[in-house]
Amino acid sequence: MAKAESELGWKDLEIGSIVAEPGSAAQYKTGDWKTQRPVLDESKCNKCGLCYIFCPEGCIKQKADGYYEIDLSYCKGCGICAMECPKDAITMVAEEE
Amino acid sequence: MMADKIAFGKRLVTKEEYFSSGHRACVGCAEALAVRLACKALGPNVIIVNATGCMEVVSSQFPYTAWSVPWIHTLFENTAAVASGVEAGLKTMKRKGRWPGQEPQVVAMAGDGGTSDIGLQALSGALERGHDFLYICFDNEAYMNTGVQRSSATPFGAATTTSPAGKESIGQVTWKKNMPAIAAAHDIPYVATACPSYPFDLMDKVAKGVATPGPAYVHILSVCPTGWRCAPELAVEIGRLAVQTGIFPLYEIEGGQYKLNVKLSKLKPVTEYLKLQGRFGHLSEATIKEIQDRVDREYAKLMEKATAVAGSS
Repeated sequence: MAKAESELGWKDLEIGSIVAEPGSAAQYKTGDWKTQRPVLDESKCNKCGLCYIFCPEGCIKQKADGYYEIDLSYCKGCGICAMECPKDAITMVAEEE
Repeated sequence: MMADKIAFGKRLVTKEEYFSSGHRACVGCAEALAVRLACKALGPNVIIVNATGCMEVVSSQFPYTAWSVPWIHTLFENTAAVASGVEAGLKTMKRKGRWPGQEPQVVAMAGDGGTSDIGLQALSGALERGHDFLYICFDNEAYMNTGVQRSSATPFGAATTTSPAGKESIGQVTWKKNMPAIAAAHDIPYVATACPSYPFDLMDKVAKGVATPGPAYVHILSVCPTGWRCAPELAVEIGRLAVQTGIFPLYEIEGGQYKLNVKLSKLKPVTEYLKLQGRFGHLSEATIKEIQDRVDREYAKLMEKATAVAGSS
C-alpha cells in the first residue's frame, strides 16, 4: 500500500473493498505493544529452534549461521520463547522508555 | 532445498510464513500460533474460508491482511456452506477444463463459537454431503473476540462474563460439548484433536486432514491468556498441561479407528492445569474433585475406544 493508513480515502479502495496485497499486515509494527523484550544469549543457544516454532508472531528468524534472531519490530513481548527455551538462553528484560 | 526449510530432527519445517507478522492478536495468543503452524502445514495452494471470530478480526484489519493465501471472510453461521460452495465451484471448473494445473485445497477455519454453536448446522450439512475440504476449529473455549462470553465449548466451572462465578454460581454449569465426537458421528474419513503446544503433531494432522479425500475435521485447543486469565508466557505450557492432565487428549479417528497420539502412563492431576488460570480461581475442592472424576471417566472411555478398535482389527 503506497499511502499511509491515515491518508487513505474511499477512492483508494478496490472494488468490493478487496485487499489485493498479501501479507500487508507486516506494514503494521506490533513491536511497540511490548513491556518486556527477549534478549538471546547465543553462547547458551543450541540452535534447537523451539523459540522459532512457538513464536505466535512468527518474528523469530533463522540466520545464515543457524542461530536465531528476534525481530523486535513485531515482538509483542509475550515471553513464550524465554519460557520454552530448554537452555535458558532467552531472558525477558523490561522495556525502558 | 535446505535453505527454505529448517530441520527439526528428521522433520523439515518451511521458513515461509503464510500468516504474517503484524497481525493484531493479543500478547501470547496460542490461537495465532496455531494458525501460523497450520498455514505452514497447508502450504500456498489453499483457499481459506474464515468465520467471524478472533482470527478474522486480528488478521484482517482493513486495509491490511495478514494472509498470504487466498482468504475469504464469512459469517459465523455459514463457514462450512461457503467452503462447500468454493469446493463445488472448483470441481466444476476443473471438469470444464477452466482450471489448468492443480486445483487448490479448501480449508474452513472457525472458532469454537462458530463451530459448536452458530455454525453447527452448516458444518453438519457439509460433512454429510461429503465435500472434499478440511474444517479446522480453533477452540479457545469462549467468545473471546467480543469479550469472553460463554459458548457451548466453555468447560465446566470456568468463569466468563456470561457465566460469572460468585456466591451462588460456580461459573459455567454445563460440560464442554464434545465437538470431535459430533464430527466423528458423521462417519467422515478423518477427525483429529491437536494443540499448538505439540506443534509437529498439529502440523502432521493438518497436513493429513487436507490430504484426505472427503471431509476432514481438526479440533485445535488454543490457549487464550486474555480470556483464561493466565500469564501470556504460560500459553504453551498450559496447552501441554491440558493434554497431560487428560482434559484435552490428543487423538485421531481415521476411518472409525481411534488412535491416541500422546500416550500417558499416568495423568497429572487436573489442579495443575486449573490453578494456572484465573477463570478457575474460584473453584472449591468439591468442584475440582467433580472435574477430576469426569476427566478420569472420559479418558477411560477414550482409552477403551482406542484399544478396542485396534484390538479387533
